[in-house]
Amino acid sequence: MNGLIGKKIGMTSIFDSNGKNIACTVIEAQPNIVTQVKTNETDGYDALQLGYGEAKAKNTSSAMIGHFKCANTTPKRKVAEFRNATLDKKLGDEIVLTDIFSEGDKVSAIGTSKGKGYQGVVKRHNFSGVGQATLGQHNRLRAPGSIGASATPSRVVKGMRMSGRMGNERVKTKNLKIVKLLPEKNLILIQGSVPGHKGSFVIIEK
Amino acid sequence: MNLIDYVHEQVTLKRDLPSFRPGDNIAVNYKIIEGTKERIQVFRGDVIQINGDGATKTFTVRKISNGVGVERIFPFVSPAIAGIEVLKRGKVRRAKIYYLRGLTGKKAKIKERRYVAVK
Repeated sequence: MNGLIGKKIGMTSIFDSNGKNIACTVIEAQPNIVTQVKTNETDGYDALQLGYGEAKAKNTSSAMIGHFKCANTTPKRKVAEFRNATLDKKLGDEIVLTDIFSEGDKVSAIGTSKGKGYQGVVKRHNFSGVGQATLGQHNRLRAPGSIGASATPSRVVKGMRMSGRMGNERVKTKNLKIVKLLPEKNLILIQGSVPGHKGSFVIIEK
Repeated sequence: MNLIDYVHEQVTLKRDLPSFRPGDNIAVNYKIIEGTKERIQVFRGDVIQINGDGATKTFTVRKISNGVGVERIFPFVSPAIAGIEVLKRGKVRRAKIYYLRGLTGKKAKIKERRYVAVK
């Protein structure tokens, strides 16, 4: 699978050739550096490891500094692997977005979703809550209701959906369309929304 | 330069629409596609707000149609806008003249803004 690491810039809307207004996410993907080429013989699988975003050397572990030195490059903030990449690239090569993507492609976007904190079941698991505010509903409007039976099994079954921390996890959104590429500024415009906040790293896979 | 602004510069339509303000009475010539035919519909009313910025900037036009208030939001960069005519300049003291929604008849009239020619 081919792909690139980018940075989410924000959202806007553009008009397509049919005059339809499309909401899209702008992602900046400056040339990624190949930091390691994995092969079936040496690693048991084929993959390209890419690095993106400048990091300070003092914030990078010496092991990673050595790793980046092998590829003749500066320390990178984000490193990601793309299994079975079909690109013919060597260690230290740059990958630009036009190498992989063209307008109209269907891609997947992987990011870390926005953290929502401790949330109840209505927001976290789309429970409906109690539908009415009167007739004895004191303060139970967004309560989960029953979480199990009585003496049998006298415990709560595993996997019961309850309130808790929401968001701030890896999310993959599939089948997003590339509306436009602006290679001069290394920008990708993807239809719809992409997980994560502005400025966060996003992996775009094709 | 802000990258979102760069995107706007690259992809949005550049055109000269007449400048107008909230309170102005305008006619929007809007292209409508019916099947394969294209025709132009005129939406005439008062601008009650201008909202947003860049490629997502919009304006809202309000008119009274058969006694019912109708509001329509147009993006400034919409390719479906064939043209805009400014019919009357209105004198209002607010940027968003939502109070018009609660008024009918003569009360809903906006005073015209008049200019004195500078010698």
